[in-house]
Amino acid sequence: MSDEHATEVVRSRRQPTPPEAPSRLKRTALWMRSTHPVVVTGLAFVLSIVVGGLLIAITDTSTRNAAKYFFAAPGDTFSRAWSAISSAYVALFEGSIFDPRSAHGTVWNALDPISNTLLNATPLILAGLAVGLAFRAGLFNIGVQGQLIMASIFAGYVGFAWHLPTGVHLVVALIAGMIGGALWAGLAGWLKSRTGAHEVITTIMLNYVAYYFLGYLLTTDGFKRPDSNQAISRVVHESARLPQLFPAPLRVHAGLIIAVLAAGAMAWVLTRSKLGFQLRAVGANQNAARTAGMNIGRNYVVALVLSGALAGLAGCSQILGTNTSITQDIDAGIGFTGITVALLGRAQAWPTVLAGLLFGALQAGSSTMQSRTGTPVELATVLQAIIVLFIAAPALISGAFRLRGTADTSGQQLAKGWNG
Amino acid sequence: MKLELRGITKRFGSLVANDGIDLTVEPGEIHALLGENGAGKSTLMNVLYGLYEPDDGQILLDDVPARFGSPRDAIAAGIGMVHQHFMLIPVFTVAENVMLGHEETRGGVGWLDRRAARRKVREISRRYGLAVPPDALVADLPVGVQQRAEIVKALTREARVLVLDEPTAVLTPSEIEDLMAVMRRLRDAGTSIVFISHKLKEVKAVADRVTVIRRGKVVGEPSPSASEEELASLMVGRKVSLTVDKSPAMPKDIVLDVEGLRFIDDTGVVQVDDVSFQVRAGEIFAIAGVQGNGQTEVTECLLGLETPTEGRIKVRGRDVADVSVNERLALGIGYVPEDRMHDGLIGSFTVAENLVLDLYGREPFAKGISLDLRVVAENADARIEEFDVRTPGADVLASTLSGGNQQKVVLARELSRPLILLVVAQPTRGLDVGSTEFVHRRIVSERDKGTAVVLVSTELDEVLGLADRIAVMYRGRIIGELPGGASPAEVGLLMAGSTGRSTAAVSGATDE
Amino acid sequence: MTAVREESLVETHEVVEVPVSGRARVASGVAVVAFGLLCVFGLGLGSHAGYDARFALSPSGARVHVPDLVLPARIVGIVLGAIVVGLGLWRLFHNFSRRAMRWVVAFTIIAVVFSFLCWACTGTKGTRLDLLGLLQNSIFLAGPLILGALSGVLCERSGVINIAIEGQMLTGAFAGALVATLTKSTGIGIVGAMAAGGIVGALLAVFAIRYLVNQIVLGVVLNFLALGFTGYVYDALMAPNQDTYNTPPLLHAINVPLLSDIPIIGPLLFRQNIIVYAMYALIVVIDIALFRTRWGLRTRAVGEHPRAAETVGINVLRTRYINVVLGGLVAGLAGAYLTIGEDAPFTKNMTSGKGFIALAAVIFGRWSPRGAVGAALLFGFADALQTVLSFIGTPVIIPSQFLAMLPFLATILAVAGLVGRVRAPAADGEPYVSR
Repeated sequence: MSDEHATEVVRSRRQPTPPEAPSRLKRTALWMRSTHPVVVTGLAFVLSIVVGGLLIAITDTSTRNAAKYFFAAPGDTFSRAWSAISSAYVALFEGSIFDPRSAHGTVWNALDPISNTLLNATPLILAGLAVGLAFRAGLFNIGVQGQLIMASIFAGYVGFAWHLPTGVHLVVALIAGMIGGALWAGLAGWLKSRTGAHEVITTIMLNYVAYYFLGYLLTTDGFKRPDSNQAISRVVHESARLPQLFPAPLRVHAGLIIAVLAAGAMAWVLTRSKLGFQLRAVGANQNAARTAGMNIGRNYVVALVLSGALAGLAGCSQILGTNTSITQDIDAGIGFTGITVALLGRAQAWPTVLAGLLFGALQAGSSTMQSRTGTPVELATVLQAIIVLFIAAPALISGAFRLRGTADTSGQQLAKGWNG
Repeated sequence: MKLELRGITKRFGSLVANDGIDLTVEPGEIHALLGENGAGKSTLMNVLYGLYEPDDGQILLDDVPARFGSPRDAIAAGIGMVHQHFMLIPVFTVAENVMLGHEETRGGVGWLDRRAARRKVREISRRYGLAVPPDALVADLPVGVQQRAEIVKALTREARVLVLDEPTAVLTPSEIEDLMAVMRRLRDAGTSIVFISHKLKEVKAVADRVTVIRRGKVVGEPSPSASEEELASLMVGRKVSLTVDKSPAMPKDIVLDVEGLRFIDDTGVVQVDDVSFQVRAGEIFAIAGVQGNGQTEVTECLLGLETPTEGRIKVRGRDVADVSVNERLALGIGYVPEDRMHDGLIGSFTVAENLVLDLYGREPFAKGISLDLRVVAENADARIEEFDVRTPGADVLASTLSGGNQQKVVLARELSRPLILLVVAQPTRGLDVGSTEFVHRRIVSERDKGTAVVLVSTELDEVLGLADRIAVMYRGRIIGELPGGASPAEVGLLMAGSTGRSTAAVSGATDE
Repeated sequence: MTAVREESLVETHEVVEVPVSGRARVASGVAVVAFGLLCVFGLGLGSHAGYDARFALSPSGARVHVPDLVLPARIVGIVLGAIVVGLGLWRLFHNFSRRAMRWVVAFTIIAVVFSFLCWACTGTKGTRLDLLGLLQNSIFLAGPLILGALSGVLCERSGVINIAIEGQMLTGAFAGALVATLTKSTGIGIVGAMAAGGIVGALLAVFAIRYLVNQIVLGVVLNFLALGFTGYVYDALMAPNQDTYNTPPLLHAINVPLLSDIPIIGPLLFRQNIIVYAMYALIVVIDIALFRTRWGLRTRAVGEHPRAAETVGINVLRTRYINVVLGGLVAGLAGAYLTIGEDAPFTKNMTSGKGFIALAAVIFGRWSPRGAVGAALLFGFADALQTVLSFIGTPVIIPSQFLAMLPFLATILAVAGLVGRVRAPAADGEPYVSR
């Protein structure tokens, strides 16, 4: 028998045998023990909280002091560790969801943590969609950072150098940002279609090119703020800014609406449009797509241009919404966090929105956590990385929790090397 | 060395690939293992080579039980294997490939002794007449020489049982002849050889003993002198009739006109050389030849997947040089590629999506920029019904279907639009008898509708059964054209190329 | 059984020409000509007329004083440029073999760099450019890149893509500073750094090999994890108590007797610390071992065609585990270079992209150790040049950011095929499932 046949057979052996008419309870139990994405995500989240807790305890001074006499009074170590961990996580929750302390004020005060979560989530969702869209077309766009920087240069320049009527100015700035991101990503797509240069390599390299290019611009007249010694750009005019959705102090801006609209558009394109069919086909099997008459090279360019435009919107959210002028760290790690958001969202539009909200909450909460308990904001990064690490290895989660079912292979489509 | 397999059983889930197989190979004999694709031959050999652990049964070498946990154990016990797909590293030299895994080293730090490796290759080459250049990169060698390197590789490991898994599939007739000579020499030197094949003539020509397996069981041990019909019925389990019912062709206008086609691939090899032919509406034009003689490249040029270096292709009088693949499909060219999972289907797409893979952009499946998913689903149900695709539903992934049903999906898609030209390559490779008959019937009925059909096949029976005209390709050239009723010997002779040596043996070796 | 002449049996397919597509040839030819023209017009004629380029080759107070190198800047630029233009035109109209083209590329790079230095020298009329210092600094800055690139070569030759070099380096730098401070020993610190890099390497190995996670995804996530983890511990532990946790002891330079007194080469190569000497050894050992030992042969086999390797009894997964962990150790050493080797405390995200430049060097150097080292040196040179240029002032001011971009732009050009086809090991990045 042929090899392919053999592996097929082996694979089918791992299929769970369907249970005979299970009761409702049993069905729920089975679902809980399956590798359903929601279950896996939940368990990954729990695991990351546990690992994060260990990290908090180990680096907590009073816990370590207590550990010095661990054998004399082990309870001390545990109680101090518990108080360090719980106070950190409580602050994380209060900073991102609901803070009973501020709830006594107006409704707006009570909503402040949620607003911060949404503010942080906005560019993450857009960056996650950017990475996810490219994923579906079989491309790994690691260059969201660079695209976001180029977008903020384009949008920011339009925003502070041009004078246009309110409304028009914003639209023009948004379009400029999308063009900036699309050009930068499209360059990688064009290189791939023309020369076969691997997009992972080119997008990584273009990140740095964009970064240094911004660094250069921030030293030039016309771009740099004239009255400052710092490397900071001029201020975007009021007319080009994304409007706030709620009265102060809530900071969430219209970028959120753009992010949700973008997710809807991406969902529609992927499932119900000719273009999406083509993108997915090329992503899943290039040879078959080519044989079916699709233009592979053009697909690379189109997919990356769209991905870059989404990354551009993330840049717009940064420069026209959250901030008002460009600095060297305008990216704020969003480019790389976007990759983890896309992975958590499994490159699907609406799950990516949820993933963006989760990571947005972690980021919003972590700054409150740092200011209240001194636990560094990097905890959010650690939690995100661990969640995604577990998500990316579904077999590990199934093993750790003895889950049934086949491994989720959604990520495996991309499992190819430099030559593929 | 005497090799004995006793009651080998290997299961994959519910499928029993090997069911209590007994096989004895005496020293100095060529033992043919005959069976159809999927009969369990390769599984058995992978068990023997330590790649699979048997669920039951025993392997005995010179009457001593042996257990192989990995190929390393099997190699150490004196078993050598020449795999169907060569296990050579293209960017290594022959000597490097030969030494890999049992390198001779110096100085205690694993310093490679290349001189010793080269010497060994030369020595084995000389002893068995297996000429291979030790310092050539494998990638630069023709397949016949690569295969010799594989055999040398096994012999330098002092293999006393040599397993050859479908060794002739990729060889030209003259190379097959060389291989058989090598096998006989090895046998005379005392090596036990297991020769796996489904080609009756080859088995009859070279084997000392024959074991036939079917569906994982030994079904007989006929003498090599048994008639082909006997061997075939044992192997297939029923009387085989591969004749296809078809009426005489009624050719009409010229649909496809290829002139002076030349194609050089990106490594500089001339794959297609000055090929010219014409195909008329309502006839099946077969391109026969051993795998790798440029047929695949011709079909790829026809569809526009490759750009010819020289020459022109006209479809209904129109030069299609500047016509894209998509536009050619729209012109009415249907294409069933040689490797369906690679080029014909997307495994992670549903059956319904695969059924519109090259149609999704047109009416009625597309409306403006959007897809009409309802029409896509209706189309899927109709095609599944019409082509009798065995699938649990239109929304299961194509990768879960069997090979025959996958081929039906490809065929259903290509035949579901009006065609003027149908290009089919190896349409029944890996298919069971039932699916093969179905596919053949559909190809003939498409011809009868007035479509011009180009059939590329390496299977002589298929070519002789379907073709109205036969062209034979050898080394990139069409070296002869024959009418549909040609004799197997005539076609076989041409497949051997113009330099064919002993004509009887050559035609015998390629013809099944 | 007669011996047959080898060549008589090797049937030859008809092969037409060296397969360089016309477009690639034209593109590379045009690029070479463009660089030549840049030399002639931009650098040669762009130099201030009548001023020579003066290069200092000897540190002040050296026992053997080497006189300055004085060259006519304009003539150097014009002559070198003209040769490069000629090579480019030859490529366009007559073509070069692949092997020759590599030399052409190498020569072009050297010509451009040298003309550039001459040009830069004439900026502030008559100042000396400390060439020796520049080269010293290049090697100094190239160190972590070289080690990182060697780590990449080790992993990728065995078929595992290592994008996590950055993370391994960062963790190594962190652990090196921490362990060296706690134990007050640079030696143990270096071991700690390597162990930390090795742990990240082991994570990469387990997830890539055992759990078949997409290796590019994995690398990105591991970088993220390393960044978060080290940043967290830095803020929580190191920053408040710099003396206790983040003040690695000094690592002294060792002058190799005799060798360190050789003019130019001595101060350049043989007055370094132990990490640099370890690096020299690694370069030589890895380059030789990869192509001349059993380990190297098996590693390359596993990276090219794992199934074939398995059928001759090689344990593919074990080979990959070993190589990836070894790679992690080497990347950890690169991290130690940044803290212990530079007598510097750990700071957040202190690698700042060096791991990615190392990855670029792996690719630019075509996955060969010596190529990767060459590329890393080139990138280190570009980095060193930034500081020098800001001192001497060139005829036209070149923003340092553009020099900083050079490694990345060079890598894009390399993967786009302008310097010949770049080919990764065939199975690089593909998880292997044993049957």
